[in-house]
Amino acid sequence: MTEVDYRKITLDGLWHNNQALVALLGLCPLMAVTNSTINGLTLGLATTAVLLLSNLSVSTIRHWVRAEIRLPVFVLLIASFVTATELVMNAWFHELYKILGIFVPLIVTNCTIIGRAEAFASRNPVPAAITDALAMGLGFTAVLTLLGALRELIGQGTLLSGAHLLFGEAARAWEFSAGNDFQGLLLAILPPGAFIGLGLLVALKNMIDKGVDMRAHRAEPSHCRTPPVISHS
Amino acid sequence: MEFPVAGSPHLSGQNDVQRIMAQVMLALLPGIAALWWYFGWGVIVNLGLTSLTAVVCEWLVIRLRGRDLRPVITDLSGLLTAWLLAVALPPLLPWWQTVIGTAFAIVIAKQLFGGLGQNPFNPAMAGYALLLVSFPANMTQWLEPSVLSGHLVSLNEAWQAIFPGIPPHPQGWDAITSATPLDHLRTELSRDHMISEIRREPLWGDFGGKGWESVGTWYLIGGLFLLWRGVIGWRIPAGMLGSLFVTAGIFWLIDPEIHPSPLLHLFSGATLLGAFFIATDPVTASTTPRGRLIYGALIGVLVYVIRTWGGYPDAVAFSVLLMNMAAPTIDHYTQPRVFGAREGDDGL
Repeated sequence: MTEVDYRKITLDGLWHNNQALVALLGLCPLMAVTNSTINGLTLGLATTAVLLLSNLSVSTIRHWVRAEIRLPVFVLLIASFVTATELVMNAWFHELYKILGIFVPLIVTNCTIIGRAEAFASRNPVPAAITDALAMGLGFTAVLTLLGALRELIGQGTLLSGAHLLFGEAARAWEFSAGNDFQGLLLAILPPGAFIGLGLLVALKNMIDKGVDMRAHRAEPSHCRTPPVISHS
Repeated sequence: MEFPVAGSPHLSGQNDVQRIMAQVMLALLPGIAALWWYFGWGVIVNLGLTSLTAVVCEWLVIRLRGRDLRPVITDLSGLLTAWLLAVALPPLLPWWQTVIGTAFAIVIAKQLFGGLGQNPFNPAMAGYALLLVSFPANMTQWLEPSVLSGHLVSLNEAWQAIFPGIPPHPQGWDAITSATPLDHLRTELSRDHMISEIRREPLWGDFGGKGWESVGTWYLIGGLFLLWRGVIGWRIPAGMLGSLFVTAGIFWLIDPEIHPSPLLHLFSGATLLGAFFIATDPVTASTTPRGRLIYGALIGVLVYVIRTWGGYPDAVAFSVLLMNMAAPTIDHYTQPRVFGAREGDDGL
């Protein structure tokens, strides 16, 4: 592999093969922590950090790891990075760490991370692997944040509540609140809200894709876009 | 039942979706009238509100899906969903909650799954469950039946209460609303009161709560009409009412002081409405003959279990939704034997 298409890697990660909206990986944390914007954002960033470190190291050692033992090695690496992330969060974002609870250590079971290690990082050079990790991680974070924002807004009428836990005391003023009289749709905060919300986001993405496709066809009738490559992870 | 088939020419049957839905709505009228009699005009305002929302929502979704609008609106299924939801809601629920519930029922529970015939869950009950989970305070606050309070909410009062939220009584909501009989029973039992003691209170009639039992009876009459017209089969209502009666009866025989009588269970809450109008929804219920009995019976058991040990006073919506989920499995295991095939054969 000589030529690396960074543009394609980035677009795949952020949109065409978005881990939450297309691959539907990592749904457990996605469902569990997206009850507020900040929770979603934090877990997304933590996942991105782990993904970055794991892709980087897996890609670096890809020539020396034998195929038979690659999965245990990947898991070991990922587990170490998750532990490190957990300790960092415990030290600097202690309140958030307590809120996210078990879902920080559970990043280790997020299929996205082992999936990208196996499907991409173990077969590509380091710069490509890093790009992939950033794109996939940010794509995942974006969905987590958006879903968190939607659920928080519908469920309790606030946005960015608890921002100071992540961004420091100055961020306290960022919080938007619809007032104390707001009677939220409690269901949005509860687990069914996560499933319905994610379903609607997936539908929205497909709708946008379809719109883009139709416009492309109208502009250039013979042109046919190749279907997005879906990695098997 | 026998269906002898004569030689051609055949007359085509009159049963289409619209006709069936219209008959169910007709059968619902006595129940609606009874609700109006005991709880006032709020019921009628809700009925208009849910109907309007349902039609608007269906129109919007059908436009988005690029389908033909006429058959969807004229088959009356959306209106029936709206009516079923309206009779299940508290009469003076704030208008926007009613609208949210109806929109959820039509858009998410029905049309997103592909419209009539494709929805795995009963839309009306999905909308009801959404509201009950999201707004428990409003949803468990019912008006006192007029036989107890001596006051029937007028159209103007209902309008004022539902839209701007002005309570129809100068002393506020608490003066005219109360817990439903099932809710009351639950609270009192948790305070270690005996059933015989609780039943001496004025809110109880012969079987269930005063007013409530009559509404139930009118649902029963509507249900019998549906049975007579052949719109619904006997298996689901019989299974549900029978199993609720038996389950409640067993516990009642063990100790009638802490377990209410089976008749109270049958005539309280949404039991009769559920048995004839909701569990019998042909789309979401089980479809095989044996499956329907099982489906109904399990709903009955679930209703008892959730009412007695669950977190909510009534349970018909949750039981129906849970069994909707189980209906495909029940169908799978209760498929009638193909004629000529032996037990254990795969048919051919």
